[in-house]
This record gives sequence, structure tokens and C-alpha cells, in this order.
Amino acid sequence: MNELVFFINNVVIAGSVTGSIYAIGAVGVTLIFSIMRFAHFAHGDMMTFGAFMVLLLTTAFPGAGDAFGVPSALVLLPLAMALTALLAVGIDKAFYKPLRAHGVKPIVLVIGSLGVTLMLQGLIRLFAGTSGQSLYVDDRKEIFRLALPFEGVRAPVVVTEPQLYLFVITLVAVIGLHLFLSRSRLGKAMRAMSDNPDLAQASGINTNTIVAVTWVIAGGLAAIAGTLLSLDVTFKPDLSFFLLLPIFAATIVGGVGHPYGAVAGGFVVGFAETLAVFNWSVLLRPFRDSLPEWLTQSGNLAFVGTEYKIVVPFFILVAILVWRPTGIFKGKVI
Amino acid sequence: MAAIIDVQHVHKAFGGLKVINDCSIQVEQGSITGLIGPNGAGKSTLFNIIAGALPLDSGHILLDGEEITNQPANQLFHKGLLRTFQIAHEFSQMTALENLMMVPPAQAGESLFNAWFKPSRVMLEESEVRRRALEVIDFIGLHPVRNELAGNLSGGQKKLLELGRTMMTDARVVLLDEIAAGVNRTLLGDLVSNIERLNREMGYTFLVIEHDMDMIARLCDPVIVLAQGSVMVEGSIEEIQNDPRVIEAYFGAAS
Repeated sequence: MNELVFFINNVVIAGSVTGSIYAIGAVGVTLIFSIMRFAHFAHGDMMTFGAFMVLLLTTAFPGAGDAFGVPSALVLLPLAMALTALLAVGIDKAFYKPLRAHGVKPIVLVIGSLGVTLMLQGLIRLFAGTSGQSLYVDDRKEIFRLALPFEGVRAPVVVTEPQLYLFVITLVAVIGLHLFLSRSRLGKAMRAMSDNPDLAQASGINTNTIVAVTWVIAGGLAAIAGTLLSLDVTFKPDLSFFLLLPIFAATIVGGVGHPYGAVAGGFVVGFAETLAVFNWSVLLRPFRDSLPEWLTQSGNLAFVGTEYKIVVPFFILVAILVWRPTGIFKGKVI
Repeated sequence: MAAIIDVQHVHKAFGGLKVINDCSIQVEQGSITGLIGPNGAGKSTLFNIIAGALPLDSGHILLDGEEITNQPANQLFHKGLLRTFQIAHEFSQMTALENLMMVPPAQAGESLFNAWFKPSRVMLEESEVRRRALEVIDFIGLHPVRNELAGNLSGGQKKLLELGRTMMTDARVVLLDEIAAGVNRTLLGDLVSNIERLNREMGYTFLVIEHDMDMIARLCDPVIVLAQGSVMVEGSIEEIQNDPRVIEAYFGAAS
């Protein structure tokens, strides 16, 4: 049973954590693609920016969360989301909108977003420094150890406080997004524009409004993903930038432009990563009497070493692009 | 009668190719004006310019005396200027009914505030829009396929959907770009009578691009002939059909 707990801690929980972060990031990337038809490379740094805003706000108001009994970072997250949304709309106005107005090809916008990446990262480094900082400025990170009520189980299931928040907020964000896209008129207008922008405009939909709304949603979600990631580990200026590849992999796995696909893709990539680096010999230990010796002798039975974790999403990306380029779900629209 | 659409000295070039060359046309309020001309005459380009889908190089366009030059299509829509597309456009991932329900402007559900805080008002409006969409879909004869994805409809059905879209709101001017192309004869008769009815009962003004001369003859007065980016002749269908310049433009010089 201890082996099973080990599996839950190292695969189920760890996979859900990475999966949730990838999912929220990928939803933003996929929404931006479905409306503006370009791959937004600066998304990782928008996530970092959101976390950076939380860091600034928590440093300024370290006691904000006391009244609610939750970490200050969490109370200040909505404010950081608003600021990141504002930044996203501002970046669009300053950099992407002039390019779109000239009717450039999508690749120009992609390169433009690469420029925005470098700029944002430089700015954040300038103000935040390059070292890691905890978002728990004045709070203590709670760790919950749930002992399982079975005989002989010594190891507890371990969940940290930010991980619990992450699961709850991911669930709320996905349900909220679903309701927005399927029920609200604005959400339907977004679907319409992603389907046929010319017709949407000829039907009286203000495409500029839709673009702005898309940035607000993508920016807000990026702030959530970046903050929850930094809460779980620590804040670093390049932390989210290195998630860009798995997030793009998740986007493509789910079918680009498909938000529900992006959520699924996020969890597929997240779990694939954790399963690939998981040491399976632990799970085999209880059966060592009935298994051949060569299988149980080896101390490490992971598919890839932890240091090659980043190879996994890369492999998934290549595999999906070769065998199922439209993603696991078909269709290009929301 | 006053001109509801007044195109004044419009020029438009794509690179070195002058597509619209000092073109001026007037569409009378309440008329069904035909716009014909050989391929490459600039009919669709002129349409796109009027509808706000293409910027013009120089010139002016007035809608009922109001300057609308280079205004985006969504603003023109709210001023009552609608268009259909030559190659039928549809929201392919929505059903035929949902396609129509996308159209009506200024719904309460469009604002986030109302969507979240006044759901009952939004619901009421939605059911009103649905009722109207069902009427329209009956009218254009697409009732049996109303719950099919619009992307799966036939070319002719998509054309009907285009016309239906213009009926979802109170338009003043509707630009019809080859609405009859790909529609079978029986349906075409319905289409023509629907256009006439909308014109007579609802006061819609139509500007119609069409290659089908029978339909032009039945529907349009006056008819404007465009050639090489400017107006060649304008008049009733009889005058047009007997004009030697028109015959020459269509069939080449009879040397």
C-alpha cells in the first residue's frame, strides 16, 4: 500500500499540478490563435508578469489575506489578473494591432510576439532580479498530510496548500470559460469570429471588441497559471518561459483553437511527463517474488531520466504533428 | 426620390491594376437596382468598398446623406447597410438556426454586465430572437435542416441562409452579391418573390449583382452596367439590352 501512496503522490498529484498549469496556459494560447490566427510566443512571459504583479502586490500588502485566512497572494490574484489583462490589451494595441492593420502574414505576428517575449522578460528581470523569490511573503505554506485508513500504510498522501488552490481555481476557470463561450452572447460572438471573421463583421459584430475580450481572458488566465505555478515552487523571471514548449504541445495535442481540447491536452502532456519520469520499480516491489529477476534487480525503472523531462512534451508534439496534426479533437474553431 | 447610396468618384487599385476608376453610382431609396457587367468589371470590388470590407483609394460614399467612407462593416450593419457574400459565408460550426440567431444587433446579452446580472432579460430576448429566426427559416424553406451544422448545407441552401440573415434585422439597404448563383430554378422563383416582398412591404432597398439576365429583367429597375471600373450605361433593362456598347462589352466587338 505504501507503494500506492507513493504512486499517488508522485504521479496523480504531481501530474494534476503540471496538467492544470499547462491546461490554463494552453487555453489562452488556443483562444488567441482562434481569434487572431497566430501562435503567441509571449504567453509564458505574460504568465510570469501575472506572478510578478502578485509578488509586487503581496510585498506591498503582506497582510491582505489575514482577514480571509488564506495567503495574501491568493487574495491579490484578481487584482493581478486585471493588471495582466490590461498589459495584454496594451501590448496588442502597441505591437500587434499595427501589424494586423497592415494585413501582414501570421508569421510576422509570431516573430513580433517573440520580440515581446524578450522585452517582457528583460523588464521583469530588471525589476525582480534573477533569483527565485517566494510568493509567500508573510504567510506559511501549509502542507497537508492525509494518512490513509488502511493497515500497514505509513506514508501519508501529501498535498500542499497551493496545489489545492490550483485544483479548485482550474476547475472554476474551466467551468466559467465554458459557460461564457456557450451561453453568453459575447462568447458566441467569439465563436462566430473564430469561425468566419468576415461574416462576423458583416453581421454587426465589432471585431475590435472581440479581440480585446480575447486578450482580457488570455491575460487573466495567464496570471492565474503563472501565480499558481510560482506559489507551488518559487517566483523566477524565466520560470514560465520554460513552460512554453509543453504549453504549445498541449495546445496542439488538443487541436489548435479548441479550448476544451487545450484543457485535455494540458493534462495529457502533464501526466505523460510525470509518468515518463516515474520510477516504476517502486510499484513492482510488492510483486518481486513472482517477477523475473532482471526486472526487479534494477533500482530505477523510469522511462526517461528526470533531467530529460522536457523531451517528453517535445516527443508528444512531434508525434501528434506527424500522426494527427489536427489534434486529438477535430475541428479548428471554439 | 433621394439616393440612399451615393458613390462619388471612387478609385481603387490593387497594385498597378486599376479596378475601380472614377466610379459614381446612385441607388434610389426603395429601388431594386441591378449591377451588371462582364467579369473583371469591378462589381464585387465596388460592393466590398461600399460594404466597408475594402478601403478605397479616393472618393466618397454616402448612406442617406451621411458620409460612410471607410467605415468598418460592423458599424454599417448597425446603420442598416447589409450585404451577402458572392461565395456564401456561414458559421460552419453552428446550426442554420444559430447562424440566423447570431445576427440581430444590440442584444442585451452582448454586454457582460447583462449576461451575468440580468439573465432573465437576456433569456426573454433570446426567445424573441429564436421566434424570429424560426419564422425566417420557414420563410426561406430551410426548416427541415434548421438543426444541421451550416457547414454541411448545400451551396444553394447557404445562399438562402445569406438572404435569411438580411431578414433577421430591419435593414435599409441590402447588397446582394450573386444571390441566385447555384440556386435551383424553383427556389430561385421563391427568392425573387421574397426579394420583391421585402422591397414592397418592408421598404428594403436592394443593390443586386447578378449574372442571370432573366432574374435581372424580372427584378431590377434601373440597371447599371459597369465596365473597366466605371459606369458604362444606366437605364431600364430594355434600354440596356439594346445598347450596342453593352453588347460589345459582353460579346466583344462585332467586326
